[in-house]
Amino acid sequence: MDIHEHQAKDILAGFGVPVPKGGLAYSPEQAAYRARELGLPCVVKAQIHSGGRGEVGGVKVCKTEAEVRDYAAGLLGKTLVTKQTGANGKVVHRLWVEEATDIAQEIYLGFVLDRKSERIMIVASGHGGMEIEDLAHEDPDSLVRMVIDPAAGLVDFQARELAFRLGLKGKQIGQMMTTLRACYRAYRDMDAMMVEINPLAVTGAGDLVALDAKMSFDTNALFRRPQVAALRDPAQEDAREAMAADNGLAYVGLDGDIGCIINGAGLAMATMDMIKLAGGEPANFLDIGGGASPERVVTAFRTVLSDPNVGVILVNIFAGINRCDWIAKGVVQAYKEVGLTIPVVVRLSGTNVEEGRRIIRDSGLPLISADTLAEAAEEAVKARPQPVAA
Amino acid sequence: MAILITEETRVLVQGMSGRIGQFHTQEMIEAGTNVVAGVTPGKGGTTVLNRPQFDTVREAVEATGADAALLFVPPPFAADAMMEAADAGIKTAVCVTDGLPAQDMMKVKRFLRRYPREKKMRLIGPNCAGIISPGKGFMGIMPPHIYTPGRVGIVGRSGTLGYEAASQMSALGIGVSSSIGIGGDPINGSSFRDILELFENDPETDAVIMIGEIGGPQEAEAAAFVRDHMTKPVAAYVAGLSAPKGRKMGHAGAIISAFGESAQEKVEILQEAGITVAPNPSLMGETVARILSRKQAA
Repeated sequence: MDIHEHQAKDILAGFGVPVPKGGLAYSPEQAAYRARELGLPCVVKAQIHSGGRGEVGGVKVCKTEAEVRDYAAGLLGKTLVTKQTGANGKVVHRLWVEEATDIAQEIYLGFVLDRKSERIMIVASGHGGMEIEDLAHEDPDSLVRMVIDPAAGLVDFQARELAFRLGLKGKQIGQMMTTLRACYRAYRDMDAMMVEINPLAVTGAGDLVALDAKMSFDTNALFRRPQVAALRDPAQEDAREAMAADNGLAYVGLDGDIGCIINGAGLAMATMDMIKLAGGEPANFLDIGGGASPERVVTAFRTVLSDPNVGVILVNIFAGINRCDWIAKGVVQAYKEVGLTIPVVVRLSGTNVEEGRRIIRDSGLPLISADTLAEAAEEAVKARPQPVAA
Repeated sequence: MAILITEETRVLVQGMSGRIGQFHTQEMIEAGTNVVAGVTPGKGGTTVLNRPQFDTVREAVEATGADAALLFVPPPFAADAMMEAADAGIKTAVCVTDGLPAQDMMKVKRFLRRYPREKKMRLIGPNCAGIISPGKGFMGIMPPHIYTPGRVGIVGRSGTLGYEAASQMSALGIGVSSSIGIGGDPINGSSFRDILELFENDPETDAVIMIGEIGGPQEAEAAAFVRDHMTKPVAAYVAGLSAPKGRKMGHAGAIISAFGESAQEKVEILQEAGITVAPNPSLMGETVARILSRKQAA
């Protein structure tokens, strides 16, 4: 789960990370008020769940109050499409207005889950400011990595060594150690999956300050982090994905026209691969989960159909914990309730498969049956409405 | 012999008394699994499915000689249940539970290192379908009837994709020695490499199919192990060819976040290590048949 920059800064500041003074604004008037409060020049930053905002006009240093008001008026309600948002972009509903900082050097600082060591890892570079992917590509030698032992936590010598390796000096060493300890504690105590400060600036006066901050959290741990769950901003989420998640379905929207309803993440990915190899494009990833009732199948149909690009639906179930007869009943029920008009290909296998196939056959509905994974994908590609010739 | 579970394995089920625990334990018993006990704190002294229930894993192990544990424990308590099993001397634990916080698994992995090698519990999962040695027994949630007993090992992250492979193999008359689901989480108890090593040392396994997916370094580690240490032929499939970067595909671990984590990159790494990769998921069975016939010809 992602949160906004201003929320991440608020959390990190609470743990001891130095951040610039700033305030939220939901209107141009509020932005101007914040500017007056903070003094000029100030920085106005669009708050969306994405990095790369600066490159698409989502961040601006403003010198006058009028400039702040005009810029805020143009930005609020606007959709920003960054490298990370996907083609649909994200709408700006709030702005963060911050005092301007005089930057002498930019440091990259990230805390991530390292899957190799299965521990929290710090990644840092003295050449911050650009995205970590670009940094890893253009300046890999500048990256310093350090793995934290969960039993001992981040120990001081590691923090000190990291500060020296980044070329920091004097009072900056102590400031860096405070920042590192704060980020680690925030990561650990709030079940984060990622903490990123980029850039962590060295100011003209030689002090460290976090100019941007990003945190994302482990959704599996939200049951014990209500204060994190409260930071969720549904306006930044894909409406379909959020609706699916609320119904116990894992859904990821994609660009194709073949809607997928599958059980198990691995089989879902494999079915999408098969569709692609058969010459089609999947419209979505959808894992219906274990023990799916006919009602859940109907919800899955509704979710997939809420994507207007879907021209055919492929149901592929290999029932272990599921039962083919329940799935089949759900498909028949969905067909009637939802008033389906597009073709549906059904492939059932596993527990109670004979009963499931009988229900499909006897339904009298124009459902296309397939026995194997390959056949299912081919039938779905064949059944898809032909694009109108240009 | 098979790996990790045979008819000799004495299985206890943590969370047997719950609805899901009972349903799957019943299936396991019907398939011949030697289930000896259940553990639910507070249910000690009762009987479920004719099996004695205990308050702690230690009591269950002392009373019944259980050496393997299957966990149907909800996510907030699953890590604790794993550590309890490890401390009670369980040799193999399988955790089906989906939705464990990553830091809980970090803690569990650190905890398991307290024990010397010969006493260290082998953990499978979490978020996995379980383990089965067809005809001998199983621990998990898979439909046992789709597996034919035989001499090919299956190891995969996904449950249903593992079923798909097993049924394709059955259709070609190829049987399974053991099938191990290692689970879809970013931090899991056993890796592909760990399970491949067991198959390599199992006299009843002739070849292995490994079913990977996008995300994480485990397929690459497994590839290095196959190249340097395996004599048995290995087939593979990697799911997620059409998965976009940075999006989580159902499994918490199925996300492309670094170089080498996409399906295409993994396929290349596996092929370079001499592994035969199925070009698409409907050819997993045929790919296994191919490596078997090549082995016979050699």
